Amino acid sequence: MKCERIAITEKAADVVKRLKVRHGNLIFHQSGGCCDGSAPMIFEEGDMYLDDSDILLGHLEGANYYMNQDQFEYWKHTHLTVDITEGRGSSFSLEIPLGLRFIIHSRLLTDEESTELNK
Amino acid sequence: MGYSKPEFKERHGNFINGKFVDPVGGEYFDNTSPVDNSLIAKYPRSQKEDVDNAVAAANAAKDAWGNTSAAERAGLLNKVADIIEANLEEFALVETCDNGKPIRETINADVPLAIDHWRYFAAVIRAEEGSATELDANTLSIIIREPIGVVAQIIPWNFPLLMLSWKLPPALAAGNCVVLKPAEQTPSSATLLLEKIADLFPPGVINVIHGFGPEAGKPLASHTGVDKVAFTGETTTGQLIMQYASKNLNPVTMELGGKSPNIFFNSVMEKDDAFLDKAIEGAVLFAFNQGEVCTCPSRILVQEDIYDAFMDKVIERTEAIIQDNPYDVNTMLGAQASNDQYEKILSYIKIGKEEGVKVLTGGEACKLDGDLANGYYIQPTILEGHNKMRVFQEEIFGPVVCVTKFKDEAEALEIANDTLYGLGAGVWTRDAHQLYQIPRAIKAGRVWVNCYHAYPAHAPFGGYKKSGFGRENHLMMMNHYRQTKNMLISYDKNKLGFF
Repeated sequence: MKCERIAITEKAADVVKRLKVRHGNLIFHQSGGCCDGSAPMIFEEGDMYLDDSDILLGHLEGANYYMNQDQFEYWKHTHLTVDITEGRGSSFSLEIPLGLRFIIHSRLLTDEESTELNK
Repeated sequence: MGYSKPEFKERHGNFINGKFVDPVGGEYFDNTSPVDNSLIAKYPRSQKEDVDNAVAAANAAKDAWGNTSAAERAGLLNKVADIIEANLEEFALVETCDNGKPIRETINADVPLAIDHWRYFAAVIRAEEGSATELDANTLSIIIREPIGVVAQIIPWNFPLLMLSWKLPPALAAGNCVVLKPAEQTPSSATLLLEKIADLFPPGVINVIHGFGPEAGKPLASHTGVDKVAFTGETTTGQLIMQYASKNLNPVTMELGGKSPNIFFNSVMEKDDAFLDKAIEGAVLFAFNQGEVCTCPSRILVQEDIYDAFMDKVIERTEAIIQDNPYDVNTMLGAQASNDQYEKILSYIKIGKEEGVKVLTGGEACKLDGDLANGYYIQPTILEGHNKMRVFQEEIFGPVVCVTKFKDEAEALEIANDTLYGLGAGVWTRDAHQLYQIPRAIKAGRVWVNCYHAYPAHAPFGGYKKSGFGRENHLMMMNHYRQTKNMLISYDKNKLGFF
């Protein structure tokens, strides 16, 4: 079985689908730092300048999920599940006007996953 | 119990061109209190058209405002300070209601500090001078500072009135007009301030628009009618704002948070005296403002030979924290600012446990009774682990501190600097050499030495590394809001002789 670094809950996937209808193709970017940092943000594809320093973790509902490589160094032993919760974030993330906020649940990669993903 | 929830109007407007106005699209959002999740009021859900109007008002006002005298601008800034001071308790209550922080902090820290920042910048522009340099006998170089024009400011929700007061006074003092967007979680104190100072400044000098980041924040940050953007927040939005600014070739300043180390050398325990007591409090300051501070001392590093004895005292002091109704004057720890923050903090505690931290105290949500059961409370939490764990590397923005030990100065510095960020740090020691050498070796913009969490005006504050750039709370910030005009004057009557 092929291992994945990221997954998405059904409820969060529904929100991505809703946003896609309105905004077209989307990407996730994992933020760091204060206030609304340490949370995933979703943008229209092309809005954010991405390059080799952004690691592609996987695809969720057709949206690529990126994280800066510096941050990835500390995250690479964990599996991430994108979920959605009620809330009022303040960033440019597109779900905020819905009164919702994407959040991350994490668990450690299993030995098998770690061997395959971090070889 | 000292206070209760203040009263609000049902609905508020944007403040554009000297008046409160309805949003063009007629849409509003509900702002709730994290104390008990109750409704505070409706605020405008602004769109690009509202931003356009605010930016146009600021541009129409900028020439006249930029030509006012320093004495006039300083006088107005001092009046704002006087008005906040005369209504200190009202501002403190609104801030507690909107953000969830305890009333003893808003009365004693947030509002008094905000007042002082207005007075500091009023004083700065009366004292500072340009320069004139005689480059040779006939050539004079005169440097005059001119306002940059229209400044966009986007501020966070952790210290709503104080962040406004870090941003607005230097921009206004420098002669700029401003369009400010408060965070959508905490629009109330900015609105209260504008209600009280509505007639003070000429129309268009201060404009405040409310709304969501993608709908109002992005059009503001990318607006071609803006000459500079100042932002406090996190890294992804920071990058986006820099991108938008690059299209307009606009300067930006950014404050993007940190993962600040608070280092305790063994000499702190040489005596059981007032200084040790201060150092213990210094470690427990991670819980100040529910940990929702960009410089939260969220990593405690303790020298190994005092580790157990020191941490026993820190745990004891942490467990004595009173977490209760934020309106109660005895409450030390209040509510997290919103549900998504609350969920995020709990999710970090969970991954910390999976990564193998030892929970020394706390580690759970805090369930309060009655209406407060709907609020967002988390126990002050100490996690023991090592610096490569995610909880040691990411800003949790809650009352959660991670603790680890070090054997000597070299290891303390290695751990302290092993972070993507460089905003704040704390160093605690009785050793005269360490007092100077350790702060110099830490890559952070602010190192508190034998103190922590002091934010006086007159001391520059800003980040290294991914914590951003620019220095606030100091006259240095004025030059982030100004152009430098150089007049190069020749008093030589003779031509160059080239043509």
